[in-house]
Amino acid sequence: MTVELSEADRDMLAGKAGGAAQFAMRILLRFSEAMGATKLIDVSSAHIDGCLYHGQVSLDFVERCVSLGGRVKVPTTLNVGSMDLIHPELFRGEAALATAGTRLMKAHEELGCLSTFTCAPYQTMFRPRLGDQICWAESNAIVFANSVIGARTNRYGDFLDLAGALTGRAPYYGLHIHENRRARVVFEIVERPRGWDDTERMAIAIGAIIGAESGNDIAAIAGLSPDTTEDDLKGLGAVSASTGGVAMFHAVGLTPEAPTLDAALQGQKPDRVVRVTAADLIAALGRLSTVPDGSPLAAVSLGTPHFSPAEFAKLMPLITAAPPRIPVYINTSRSTLDAIKAKGWDDVLARLGVTLVIDTCTYVTSVMKEQTGTVMTNSGKWAWYAPGNLGIEVAFGSLGECVASAAAGRVVRS
Amino acid sequence: MSEISGITLVEGRAAGDVFALAEPLSFWGGFDALTGNVIDHRHPDKGQCLARRVVVVEAARGSSSGSSVLAEAIRLGTAPAAFVLSSRDAILAVGAEVARELYGRDCPVVMVEEATLAMLKRAERIDVVADGPTCRILHNEQR
Repeated sequence: MTVELSEADRDMLAGKAGGAAQFAMRILLRFSEAMGATKLIDVSSAHIDGCLYHGQVSLDFVERCVSLGGRVKVPTTLNVGSMDLIHPELFRGEAALATAGTRLMKAHEELGCLSTFTCAPYQTMFRPRLGDQICWAESNAIVFANSVIGARTNRYGDFLDLAGALTGRAPYYGLHIHENRRARVVFEIVERPRGWDDTERMAIAIGAIIGAESGNDIAAIAGLSPDTTEDDLKGLGAVSASTGGVAMFHAVGLTPEAPTLDAALQGQKPDRVVRVTAADLIAALGRLSTVPDGSPLAAVSLGTPHFSPAEFAKLMPLITAAPPRIPVYINTSRSTLDAIKAKGWDDVLARLGVTLVIDTCTYVTSVMKEQTGTVMTNSGKWAWYAPGNLGIEVAFGSLGECVASAAAGRVVRS
Repeated sequence: MSEISGITLVEGRAAGDVFALAEPLSFWGGFDALTGNVIDHRHPDKGQCLARRVVVVEAARGSSSGSSVLAEAIRLGTAPAAFVLSSRDAILAVGAEVARELYGRDCPVVMVEEATLAMLKRAERIDVVADGPTCRILHNEQR
């Protein structure tokens, strides 16, 4: 299969746009051939997940692009790195990793990437728009962009994201194409568990379920409350891309390509309909905790994906009414930090013993002092990965439950 | 040796003893680039070493950071010698292609039909010659 190239593509491949664009185009082209794409398309933004250090190859790749004089061709945001560059003293890992991780983040800035260092670039001023073709990496950012915004990206990853940024191009296949964005499996929430009057637990539970059960098929979720927030959908997408490989979902009545179920299905019949009961939802949330209710807690971690200004606004009255007696960590971005500083909330949180973690995340790097015991989180994604990454026990709960548990020092349910 | 043909996803030449993975593996979190061992606790081949083997499996799974892990293993010499798949797997294709660009080391990735894959899982040794869009896969008699 040959990929149809534009004149500009051929110029890049021939080195007329510089060595880095040539290197990137060669990788992009080989990937496009492997994927069976027929042509390349322009993208309006890129989001890079390559600034988290995975070994010498991470640095070798980006240093090659720097040494060849590379500059990104489209607005390019950066995902979390291995370090909190604002608070480097928080890092508890090896010095060599700190040096390499810091260099990796700086090298991406030298390529013209924006120093956003957030897994929620969609909640910054660089949020794409409905219908935009983009080249994004990081599983939660991909699922949010496709589902909640209606921008179009495949699940790009390491190397490909930067190749897309340096060329401004992406292979035309998969979710870049309208027809491929059709829902094939419908998850119908037929009852709400008793006492679940928040929208948060429902979103995480159904996210965990579609991740585990939809396979490669795009899911349409019917029956979510109209009060479901953007941050709920953020958490839903993140956990679905952790328990499974979800790149896009439709939430009927909530997401832009699903004003109705029929629109999500693009007028066709679903391949499958799954009825989701209260018992299914309770069981799905139960699987995100490794300890029973009442267990003593070492810490609480919030903000995976990065905490938004709206989430801080929800947290502040809760946490000032019930101050924590154990350490609380909140992962967030530089831009959100600026927003809460303007309200003086950073000082309030510091007085309450809350540690704000910027540019990185507690599940990918050594930041938390507590390296054994149980950590509670309101993130389904964190709950899924932390036991394996950090070797700790985990309890999942809503934001309200996390705050109440931090005050009690043990897992408390509402 | 018998010969069949396949589709090249990443070019290169390699030979080695076959390792048929019991199920797809996430290289990020599931494979240790320092040792070449499977470390995913939920995987049936946990503890097995994939270094220098021709890995026969349908596809990879999991995080796209698997591309970095594979490329790092190719750099360290702990990676499989080649992959024979039955799908167009982007994670493995990108990792192998980048290592080829950066380090000039071959880890060809090729694709065959599902039925052919099942047959190759039972072979003992495979040679992959992937110099163009299609490739030659030489394998010994089935076990």
